[in-house]
Amino acid sequence: MYSYIARRLGYGLLTVFGVSVVVFVVMRVLPGDPLVALFGPEGFQKLSADDRAHYMADLGLSDPLVVQYLHWMRDVFTGTFGHSFFRSESVADMILRRGPLTAEIAVISVVLSWVVGIPVALVSALRPNSWGDNIARFISILFLAVPGFWVGMLIILAMLFWFGYRPPLTNVSFWENPWGNLQVVIGPAFVLGMGQAAYIARMARSSLLEVIREDYVRTARAKGLSSTLVVALHALPNALLPVITLSGILLGFVLAGSIPVERAFATPGLGYAMFMAVSERDVFVMQNLVFLYASVFVLLNIAIDLTIAWLDPRIRYQ
Amino acid sequence: MSDITADFDAVPQHGIWWRMGRGLASFARRSPLSAFWGVVGVLIVVMAVSAPVIAPYAPLKSDFRAMTKPPNEKHVFGTDQIGRDTLSRVIYGSRASLTVAVSAVVLGTTFGAFWGLACGYFGGRFDLYSQRVMEFLQSFPDLILAMAIAMALGAGFGTVIVAIAITRIPFGGRVIRAVVLSLKEMSYVEAARGLGASHVRLMMRHILPQCVAPYLILATTHLGVAIVIEASLGFLGVGIPPPTPTWGNMLADSLNAGLVPPWWLVLFPGGAITLTVLAFNLLGDGIRDALDPRLRGAA
Repeated sequence: MYSYIARRLGYGLLTVFGVSVVVFVVMRVLPGDPLVALFGPEGFQKLSADDRAHYMADLGLSDPLVVQYLHWMRDVFTGTFGHSFFRSESVADMILRRGPLTAEIAVISVVLSWVVGIPVALVSALRPNSWGDNIARFISILFLAVPGFWVGMLIILAMLFWFGYRPPLTNVSFWENPWGNLQVVIGPAFVLGMGQAAYIARMARSSLLEVIREDYVRTARAKGLSSTLVVALHALPNALLPVITLSGILLGFVLAGSIPVERAFATPGLGYAMFMAVSERDVFVMQNLVFLYASVFVLLNIAIDLTIAWLDPRIRYQ
Repeated sequence: MSDITADFDAVPQHGIWWRMGRGLASFARRSPLSAFWGVVGVLIVVMAVSAPVIAPYAPLKSDFRAMTKPPNEKHVFGTDQIGRDTLSRVIYGSRASLTVAVSAVVLGTTFGAFWGLACGYFGGRFDLYSQRVMEFLQSFPDLILAMAIAMALGAGFGTVIVAIAITRIPFGGRVIRAVVLSLKEMSYVEAARGLGASHVRLMMRHILPQCVAPYLILATTHLGVAIVIEASLGFLGVGIPPPTPTWGNMLADSLNAGLVPPWWLVLFPGGAITLTVLAFNLLGDGIRDALDPRLRGAA
């Protein structure tokens, strides 16, 4: 087990390093001048050659690429993550202020996806091709196709139209004002949760149908256990392993999805900050946030892999 | 009817169109649902191609006497805040979405497929390094990578295509590599190698044709994803820039139409996205079932 953990963590570190290189290449090396991005094409035209050189030096953009990369890594490891071009706030402050809200949305959405997806899968798998199964499958196919941010916009419109209600737009912490906080978080979490629930239900259904055919399930049935108990006690735990892995992969769906969804709800979280960075073309904030998101995604998936290995001895002794 | 040889001759004389028609008919019989959604998909494509003919107004023409009007008999889907007809813009929006999605998926999957072919065929160090690079690319949630690339390159038609295409590369690469790894050991490939076929000939003539089915499955299943990414990029303001109408930037526009976005500016573009993605997803499922029966019902 320990060698497995060590191997997995080693790979993870390599991946995070690779991710940082990809981010750096995308943001700094690809054609497209950072100054054009920051000032816009018209603004860039107006800058004199001296101004351009001055800004480039000021932002550390005239250093060799390797030096720029090392400076960036220094910023990452000292925990400041560099500064926004337009605000005085450091990116680290921004993450600390806005991150908890997005993390909360992510956690609630994952919980929701399991709470909704697994029972639906159970109903489907216990009576495959029944009415219930067909309806469940149709709804999950529908949810796989609907863009979350659009559902978010529709929800806001519907709430306003029928109840005259609009969720508050303030960034309140759960510990200070749980009710206010919940009102901000629940909309995005619901939308993202339903999106994931569709994948979870589909995966859990096919995984359950596969497990139900196994010998040990038939044995349990033969010794007289009721079919509900067989599924709940014998089939479900094994069927959930691939669902846990899928749930980890879906975290990418949540992290990325939270950007347009937070924009739709105007939630003051990190996803909205990313939207702001993109629309202001703030290369530095974007670079750090993209790196953060990808690293979080990689690390959480390592955690999931280790959980799976802990749950399933077949994997850890490979 | 008495002349048997004439009947024999008649069989191979059916042209390619007849055979394709037969194939489609049997596909429709086997999976009517996918066939239906295939027809919806075709209708959407027809709508995109014939946009100038069927759109009632020009997509960029403002009518200042009809600004932010709800659906009425003159403007069936209503108008936006500067009096442009929503129906026409939704119709024209399909052009951007489909062009971007199809070119991005074809570009990304094809590049990935050839890369995967080379990885699987040659193996060794080249394969090892390539696998790491693909892993790095896959460590990004696709929308975020596409956002970063689109932002760095600057908004535009081509950049959006490239941005989405890059996120599709690792999928093509990994699937085709796995296929090639198992094909490489097949005895017919062994035989061709024994006859002295060159690497290029082995890859192109003997291995590549077997990769067509997985390639098609992959490409169709990724069309829906690509459309959603394109719409999200448009919504976040890094897609195809306005005034060109796309479903994503129409939704973004609706947020600027006042404190409360008018419902018709939200409902119709988003509905178009959903319908298109649904059509391509279900068509993709159908094609997967038809081309690879082993995967039927899986996932």
